[in-house]
Amino acid sequence: MKNHDTGLTRRFLASRVVTALAEPHGVDRYLNLVNPLWSVRDVRARVVAIARRTPDTVTMTLRPNGLWAGARAGQYVRFGVDIDGVRRIRCFSLAGSAAGAGPLEITAKVNPAGTVTRWLATRARPGLLVHLSQAEGEFTLPDQVGPHVLLISGGSGITPTMSIARTLRDVRYPGRVTILHYARTPDDVVYRAELARLARTCPRFTVTYRYTGSKRNGHFRAQHLRAITPDYADAHAFVCGPAGLLDAVSRHWAAEGISDRLRIERFTVAGAPFLGDPGTVAGELWFSRSGIRVPGDGRTLLEQAEAAGLRPAFGCRMGICHTCGSHKPEGPVRDVRTGVISAEPDEQVRLCVNTPAGDVEIAI
Amino acid sequence: MGTSTPQLTEEQLAALADELDEIRRELVDDLGDEDAAYIRGIVATGQRLEALGRALLWAGWFPPAWLAGTAALSVAKILDNMEVGHNVMHGQYDWMGDPTLNSKMFEWDTVCPAEQWRHTHNYVHHTYTNILGKDRDIGYGLLRMLDEQRWRPYYRGNPVYAVVLMLAFEWGVMLHDLEIDRLLSGRRKWSDTKGIRRQMWHKGVKQTLKDYVLFPLLSGPGAMATLTGNAVANLVRNVWAFSIIFCGHFPDGVASFSEDECEDESRGHWYYRQMLGSANIDGGKLFHILSGNLGFQIEHHIFPDIPAWRYQRIAPRVREICDRYGLNYTTGPLGKQVGSVWRKIYRLARRPPDRPRTVLTGASRVPAEAA
Repeated sequence: MKNHDTGLTRRFLASRVVTALAEPHGVDRYLNLVNPLWSVRDVRARVVAIARRTPDTVTMTLRPNGLWAGARAGQYVRFGVDIDGVRRIRCFSLAGSAAGAGPLEITAKVNPAGTVTRWLATRARPGLLVHLSQAEGEFTLPDQVGPHVLLISGGSGITPTMSIARTLRDVRYPGRVTILHYARTPDDVVYRAELARLARTCPRFTVTYRYTGSKRNGHFRAQHLRAITPDYADAHAFVCGPAGLLDAVSRHWAAEGISDRLRIERFTVAGAPFLGDPGTVAGELWFSRSGIRVPGDGRTLLEQAEAAGLRPAFGCRMGICHTCGSHKPEGPVRDVRTGVISAEPDEQVRLCVNTPAGDVEIAI
Repeated sequence: MGTSTPQLTEEQLAALADELDEIRRELVDDLGDEDAAYIRGIVATGQRLEALGRALLWAGWFPPAWLAGTAALSVAKILDNMEVGHNVMHGQYDWMGDPTLNSKMFEWDTVCPAEQWRHTHNYVHHTYTNILGKDRDIGYGLLRMLDEQRWRPYYRGNPVYAVVLMLAFEWGVMLHDLEIDRLLSGRRKWSDTKGIRRQMWHKGVKQTLKDYVLFPLLSGPGAMATLTGNAVANLVRNVWAFSIIFCGHFPDGVASFSEDECEDESRGHWYYRQMLGSANIDGGKLFHILSGNLGFQIEHHIFPDIPAWRYQRIAPRVREICDRYGLNYTTGPLGKQVGSVWRKIYRLARRPPDRPRTVLTGASRVPAEAA
């Protein structure tokens, strides 16, 4: 539905009478025949532009339907796109300003071995329909922003900090904004031109780059911070980027005893080590709907299912999106993120973040 | 069942399983855009036919509009239940990750709650196919469909029960999970069915409200035309679904099995039982779409979670495997199979000759004991 005068239409379409007439499939199935963007339930969006601003990133501009409830600066969406018949769901940070209701912007790093970003970079065309969640995540500006915001980012981690910077610019934030970005080379900085303009036109913004591809600069060190803003300890600090950067920054903040002033956005599970004692996984993994039995090993249920020739639905593969949620009639599983073992019968488990911890039945 | 079937050795069964697993692997590896486009196309066609049918029924006072509207709605319901509903709920399209085509989330346009169908059909019937005493689809606890079911005077009404079940098929399917025969014989407590009865009530009310109250009311003065059109569409779907489903396991040539011979069975024996326990129906492209590709019942039973429209392509290979192992590949045109089923319904209504008897089943002799 369009953003403006359609609130009433949507309320009518979602009313009890219309819902009862559209049983059991729901109104959306009929709306789809007219316009696939229309829905009374799901956020969908049309890709209106696609650009490759650096060799290994892809930037998309999206126009969502009227169900989009807006985002706070720094949040992400779960982004679903159908590739070769399969809905692939990934989490992408929004790069656009949270002030105003412009189109959404997503910049993703293209993973040469990946499915989704590679497809988006090479095959996606404007007009593509995608499925979105509402905005999620706590990597956002607090309600009360102090006089100094420090944004540290690495690689494609620049997207949520870009959203925060643009929002601070648009709301005419009166304090200082310090941006410290790590990239391999100058050519790898996605928003380089815009950041340069920002620093030129808004004297409260300072932008500093460190290039990890050069010996002189290198990876995060406390001196980098001291050189540009010695009072960094007082700032609201945000860091987003590769695990190495996050670890280095959070270690430093912890050492200074100011961890409460740092917000971290972690895109990937920091490794998924098998935490258990190998003796406990000598069990058997039974995929009961397919009738396949394999010895349980240290890998996740999802990896083992795929190795056994199954193709269970999955999304983020990091325990966020619930796409791979499957019925587990019985058996103990261990959450690789927490190490917690759950032997609850008849529960929904996420295949991507659980390993068998004994005899397990999964109904796939 | 009158058809003698070779007993396969464990080695042969293992080889059979390997061959079929290989076909399955090929199919799974090939899933993609083509399947997604196919099922979405069928969904959209059904949706358009439904909209067209309901629109035409607004002009239902005009007989040609009533006829065309009822026909369109009938086909829409048939597509929804068979090629979309039955197949989606098997998880044939779960790999797409589309919530609207996900087996756990799908609801269909019939009074039977999807969740109960998945239990009675996907689990009970497809796991224990044609095992007397385990597969509740053998006669649905209502009919005598096998010689091995012990005759009782009740079965004199076999043809009558079958006609009633056919006409009210969606209601029969809905009540299936209650296991009425077991309730009557005291093997199941009425209080145990509280949860499923509540689901049946909710789904039944929604479906009835839609087809017999709301859409007729929307038609204003044409309410009766819409009401009768909707009723006939549901009836047409009932008769069609009943006929296709009964041709899947009950024509002559299909084997049944005893619990003993299926205890701790190998994957090879499971395949063997699925192939011998099912029957195909010959037909053209349109017939296969309207029957949810259940004309390929044998292929469906060996690969229940592979998109059904692909069965046609692998059918020659499956048939060749059956021939090679000496297994009966039962198939025939719809008319012949329907006739075979109804003759059996009549024949099994009669009291069998009074003598101690054992019957040759698919693979071995079992005592004449019913579920």
